[in-house]
Amino acid sequence: MLDYKEEGLEPEDLKEMYRTMHLARKLDERMWLLNRAGKLPFVISCQGQEATQVGAGYALDRDVDIISPYYRDLALVTHFGMTAEETMLSAFAKKGDVSSGGKQMPSHFSKKSCNIMTQGSSVTTQLLHAVGASFKFKMDDEKRVALTTLGEGSSNQGDFHEGLNFVGVHDLPFICIIENNDYAISVPRELQYGAEKLSDRALGYGMHGEHIDGNDPIAVYKAVKEARQRAVNGEGGTLIEAMSTRLTAHSSDDDDSYREKEERETMKESDCLIKFRSYILEHGVADEAWFEALEKEAKAVITDATKAAEKAPYPDPEEALTHVYEEVQHG
Amino acid sequence: MAKISYLQAIHQALDYEMGQDESVFVLGEDVGKKGGVFKVTAGLQEKYGALRCLDTPLAESNIVGTSIGAAMMGKRPVAEIQFADYILPATNQILSEAAKIRYRSNNDWNCPIVIRAPFGGGIHGALYHSQSVETIFASTPGLKVVVPSTPADAKGLLISAIRDNDPVLFFEHKKAYRLLKEEVPEGDHTVPIGKADIKREGDDITVITYGLCVNYALQAAERLSKDGYEAEILDLRTIYPLDKESIIKAASKTGKVLLVTEDNLEGSIISEVAAIIAENCLYDLDAPIMRLAGPDVPSMPYAPPMEDFFMINPDKIEAKMKELAEH
Repeated sequence: MLDYKEEGLEPEDLKEMYRTMHLARKLDERMWLLNRAGKLPFVISCQGQEATQVGAGYALDRDVDIISPYYRDLALVTHFGMTAEETMLSAFAKKGDVSSGGKQMPSHFSKKSCNIMTQGSSVTTQLLHAVGASFKFKMDDEKRVALTTLGEGSSNQGDFHEGLNFVGVHDLPFICIIENNDYAISVPRELQYGAEKLSDRALGYGMHGEHIDGNDPIAVYKAVKEARQRAVNGEGGTLIEAMSTRLTAHSSDDDDSYREKEERETMKESDCLIKFRSYILEHGVADEAWFEALEKEAKAVITDATKAAEKAPYPDPEEALTHVYEEVQHG
Repeated sequence: MAKISYLQAIHQALDYEMGQDESVFVLGEDVGKKGGVFKVTAGLQEKYGALRCLDTPLAESNIVGTSIGAAMMGKRPVAEIQFADYILPATNQILSEAAKIRYRSNNDWNCPIVIRAPFGGGIHGALYHSQSVETIFASTPGLKVVVPSTPADAKGLLISAIRDNDPVLFFEHKKAYRLLKEEVPEGDHTVPIGKADIKREGDDITVITYGLCVNYALQAAERLSKDGYEAEILDLRTIYPLDKESIIKAASKTGKVLLVTEDNLEGSIISEVAAIIAENCLYDLDAPIMRLAGPDVPSMPYAPPMEDFFMINPDKIEAKMKELAEH
């Protein structure tokens, strides 16, 4: 891992980053438990990608920057202000779900007040929305950036190429992070693309490209911070390929039998949470007692959030008819 | 009031809205320096700058997708797809994204974009410059689909579309661009989206149609009038969501209904109109509902005789009207 001091980070920053990564991991784990207990129909995970997400989020300005995330970005949206209770309300499809009011599956994040754009299930469409937002920032000469995230499978979609090309033409304040976790559902990266590094494609779009260790939150922070600086300086967009580890199957609806046994056994070694914890301890940023307290704190927050969500009412059936257009029609 | 063409009316609407609202901008292939292949956006880049009248790379999904993103951030983009036939690469952004943004975010976000696309045939455009693609979009809740039939409507509906807080698809008939001329109110002229319009009053038969076919139906109605039959002509103007009330009223008034479209017959807009009438007006009908449409073959072949065979024209409409009136 990079030296945090060299990147201008303070011990408190590392603790804050770890806190969010940990909360997201624990929320995710709880949702799997609830799924296996038959209480939640569907879960899709951030597990293993928290370092990329929180490293990136930490380098942005939450007050002005816009994120257009994808379905694995629980840690990123948690950093941007999605609360544990909101995550649980969405998981249970209850009335207070800020992302969609119970209309979408979980992990289709949205919260306008926290600068989180809404997204659907078709992959890569969200990239163009972030590009459009960054075009707006350029038009209005605003010092803001739009960041989008996606998996490496999404880099095959037409919208990926169309959007990055447009960013290159206009040097837009835009950052794309490919959270490369080696699998698009069950298809490994060797069958997804022939390039050695997806970040090399940046050259073809006329922008800066970087290939980084996505399990190192400090490396991600550094890359995104520099990308943001270039963006607000009018120097254009950045394509970052963050090599990450997906610790779960694609979703709760499938298993990870498509991975070799050996791979499954060694995955834990690259678990960003374990690695970051060791780093924090080694550098004397926090001690075991701090981690224990954090564990307790997260458990309480998640238990409260789960209880509140379980207790919350479902949306009324007639809410299915609401908000198709500005004025309610068809009912 | 000045007499201007359908094309000039659309230009006027864009110019007026860009002048009065800084968040409005237009984008598309060739729209800037060239002013559009049909010159609809001519002069707008000189007046409003290269960012507000933006020549985009040739990539339709990008044109629509970036419009969606900018709209979510408070802009009012008017995206041009050079020919409606080429809207298909952007269909995922329109159907999966723009249409669902308000619903899927439970009203937190919305997407005020307009997508303009010239459509229709009769201009020797053959298979890929003549299609009516409106039905692809006209069954997707969250979208509004507008097809103006006159210059005044074109201006008024486009201004309304730009001010609308939801996504609007705006299909302009290419043959109407220079063919149709009339007096169009200057300045702030709006026409409500979602309301059909009676373009001609009559008691004998009802013709329901939209787009260029409205003009053809009006010509046919004048001729039929010499035979003593007066046709009521209802222009749908917004083809999704449909103005059911006006359709039911117009159909019930005469009890004899002819539905006309330039689109292929099966699965067209008028199929839905026929269903609305069948459900609501059965006891008011004095004849079976009649339909006149393009044949169910790809629209439309290049050779002039084949193109004429496909196209709707006033003669074909008049013949059908007469058949219905005499039923």
